[in-house]
Amino acid sequence: MDPALSQIAERIRAAAADATPLRIRGGGTKDFHGETPQGDILSTAALTGITSYEPSELVVTVRGGTPLAELEAVLAEKGQCLPFEPPHFGPGTTVGGMVAAGLSGPARASVGAVRDYVLGATLVNGRGEVLSFGGQVMKNVAGYDVSRVLAGSLGTLGVIAEVSLKVLPVAPAEATLEFACSQADALRLLNEWGGRPLPLNASCWFEHGGAGILQLRLRGAVAAVEAACAHLGGERRDNAVAAADWQSLRDQRLPWFAADDTDTDTDAALWRLSVPQTAPVLAIDGNAPLVEWHGGQRWYKAAPDQAARIRDIAHAAGGHATLFRKPASQAGGDVPRFDALSAPVARIHRALMHEFDPHRIFNRGRLFADE
Amino acid sequence: MMNAPLTAVQHDSLQKTDRQSQIVRALQVHLPAHALIWHAEDTTPYECDGLTAYRQRPLVVALPETEAQVAAVLKTCHQLGVPVVARGAGTGLSGGAMPHALGVTLSLAKFNRILKIDPVSRTAVVQCGVRNLAISEAAAPFNLYYAPDPSSQIACTIGGNVAENSGGVHCLKYGLTLHNVLRVRGFTAEGAFVEFGGEALDAPGLDLLALVIGSEGMLAVTTEVTVKLVPKPQLARCIMASFDDVRKAGDAVAAVIAAGIIPAGLEMMDKPMTAAVEDFVHAGYDLDAAAILLCESDGTAEEVEEEIGRMTAVLRSSGATAIAVSTSEDERMKFWSGRKNAFPASGRISPDYMCLDSTIPRKRLADILLAIQEMEKKYKLRCCNVFHAGDGNLHPLVLFDANDPDELHRCELFGADILETSVAMGGTVSGEHGVGVEKLNSMCVQFTAAENEQMFGVKRAFDPAGLLNPGKVIPTLQRCAEYGKQVVRGGRLPHPDLPRF
Repeated sequence: MDPALSQIAERIRAAAADATPLRIRGGGTKDFHGETPQGDILSTAALTGITSYEPSELVVTVRGGTPLAELEAVLAEKGQCLPFEPPHFGPGTTVGGMVAAGLSGPARASVGAVRDYVLGATLVNGRGEVLSFGGQVMKNVAGYDVSRVLAGSLGTLGVIAEVSLKVLPVAPAEATLEFACSQADALRLLNEWGGRPLPLNASCWFEHGGAGILQLRLRGAVAAVEAACAHLGGERRDNAVAAADWQSLRDQRLPWFAADDTDTDTDAALWRLSVPQTAPVLAIDGNAPLVEWHGGQRWYKAAPDQAARIRDIAHAAGGHATLFRKPASQAGGDVPRFDALSAPVARIHRALMHEFDPHRIFNRGRLFADE
Repeated sequence: MMNAPLTAVQHDSLQKTDRQSQIVRALQVHLPAHALIWHAEDTTPYECDGLTAYRQRPLVVALPETEAQVAAVLKTCHQLGVPVVARGAGTGLSGGAMPHALGVTLSLAKFNRILKIDPVSRTAVVQCGVRNLAISEAAAPFNLYYAPDPSSQIACTIGGNVAENSGGVHCLKYGLTLHNVLRVRGFTAEGAFVEFGGEALDAPGLDLLALVIGSEGMLAVTTEVTVKLVPKPQLARCIMASFDDVRKAGDAVAAVIAAGIIPAGLEMMDKPMTAAVEDFVHAGYDLDAAAILLCESDGTAEEVEEEIGRMTAVLRSSGATAIAVSTSEDERMKFWSGRKNAFPASGRISPDYMCLDSTIPRKRLADILLAIQEMEKKYKLRCCNVFHAGDGNLHPLVLFDANDPDELHRCELFGADILETSVAMGGTVSGEHGVGVEKLNSMCVQFTAAENEQMFGVKRAFDPAGLLNPGKVIPTLQRCAEYGKQVVRGGRLPHPDLPRF
């Protein structure tokens, strides 16, 4: 075992022995995500490097503390990418943090999420054991799919020491079309297009100066993208400008996400609603939302004290709501970040965490506030 | 003899009969008479799944018709401490649905209704016993289909697909069951109602759906599934390419992927397999070729034209000795007919065959083929090979005669050798058929004791009493000790510098 990994395993064993809570941290760019982190920082910064990458295998194996930007640059050199477009909420975003947070970018509805691309992982569990699950191949049903459940686990099951990811070639062609339409029309159009063999890849609807704008990104074979552009109409945007905007959307740097002058309420938190793509326009007061994922992910700005109503609306639509970012005023500290689980599912969660981390040292209370 | 003490066998048999009556009485409260069977002549059809070499009659078979009955069966069995083995169509190839000698087989065959096809959200809500192909048939009027297409799709059920994380010939481009299921509804071992995933693209908390899919019925019982439907491609065309050398064919597969192409299907047959299927389907395969590649493109007419051109160029520069491109749907089906009939064709040339299912990194395709050729000599048995080459999933078919105990024994050794060689090459013992009971020993070679123990921990978290399909998938420490082979995982060989073949 290499020294960096041994050190981490050793530290975990020591923490387990005296039940010291540890807070696993990569680049620290998502400290805002989930419940408030607790415990002594256990950094993955020393676990860096790409262990293996063979473009013709469409698989890369990379250590958890590796900066995501570094991985993406290596893939880009070979004309490949992580198709789910993980967000970079800061320059230090790591691959382990990307998996642990389980967040995916604009293309998610069309191409899948982080977990869909995880093929295998090596983790250090709460006993300090270094364990590998899954592998480096596309099809693998040997044993339970433990590596995929790490995606979105917020560090509650262990330290992600290494992960193998499926990668794909960058699409040969790309185009962004813009349409002026209301939210309701955008949702209708997106679901209609989704039922046709079109190279849809990402979409974004928002209001600008009171008027609704739908942006649609196509990716695929040259012929397919050109045919779709001719067929769908709309206004074709300059690719370079559009690419910068999609990246800003991915990283939540679009003006919509900033507190602007129309948003005088410093108590407004950022809510993420994950709902079926066919859910109608939701009756949530305040500013118009920003809608992504062909209707599947809708961002709202609303005070934390709206939690009950927002969560009811999300449930009624068949989805759930996350208090993604707290307001500038830090109001609403006691509002849970994530929706409550059903009793049997909550029991399985507790038991699963106990099996991976029997001394309860990892990211205590990060997924659900400590009981 | 009446007063003679019972022999151990008689004692066990009596205990088994008592246990059976106890379970039957307890379940009769919840199930109608026709939904409960226990006489040997009635339970015999349930004694195995598609892996017929392993057989075991269950004590009782329950055939519930409602979710309330499923919950009642599970609760009752949980109270009595009775193992429960859920069963779909019984087409599995690894013994995952093999009954437990002292357990209840929970047949979900009656859950066969399609509850909703929604063309707007492009989803289908189906009961677990609905056949894979039936979903695509029901979605066809909307020009939609369910993408994963295991070869058994005419018979296998979606519940079984969830249990096995089934693939098919198109999964490189369209994904596995995991990538095409949104929600699983069902019950825990205790009989509590649970939902994993949801109608949205994610759900709060840990992604338990990812754990449940592929868990071979050991974590929960699935009764209902929401699947994604995708638009049917307007057109599909297939290239059939011949190679005079397996290494060139293997390299061609890597070259296609390296060129940035993700084919809709990429399959390979070796020479013995080609001969066997040609004799069966008379599709005009090139019998002189050392290997044949089938390479499919789908999409719009423009897209397919573009991709077929790029694929043809790559295959040619990789040394293909002959290339044919399908010009009609009939011709495309003819190209595929042999590949799809690989199993029955093997059944014709041998009394029995054993199908393996390991996966290796694509670049090792030629290496494993050559290694298998050496094993044919070592074990004195023939082997035909079909591969899902695009994703490195192998299906070697070892030909043998089960009536010859020595052949059967050599066949088992041959199979284990292929699996362990695959793991050593950086692969896995099962790509899509599951571990079941068949590959328990090989799991000792792929996972360390601590890893297997962590997987037992996952099992305990879902099913603390260990009653759902016990004894499958994860080998015990004792079993691995008896098997006596060490972990040979890719890149972690004790002496990686030594040549192995």
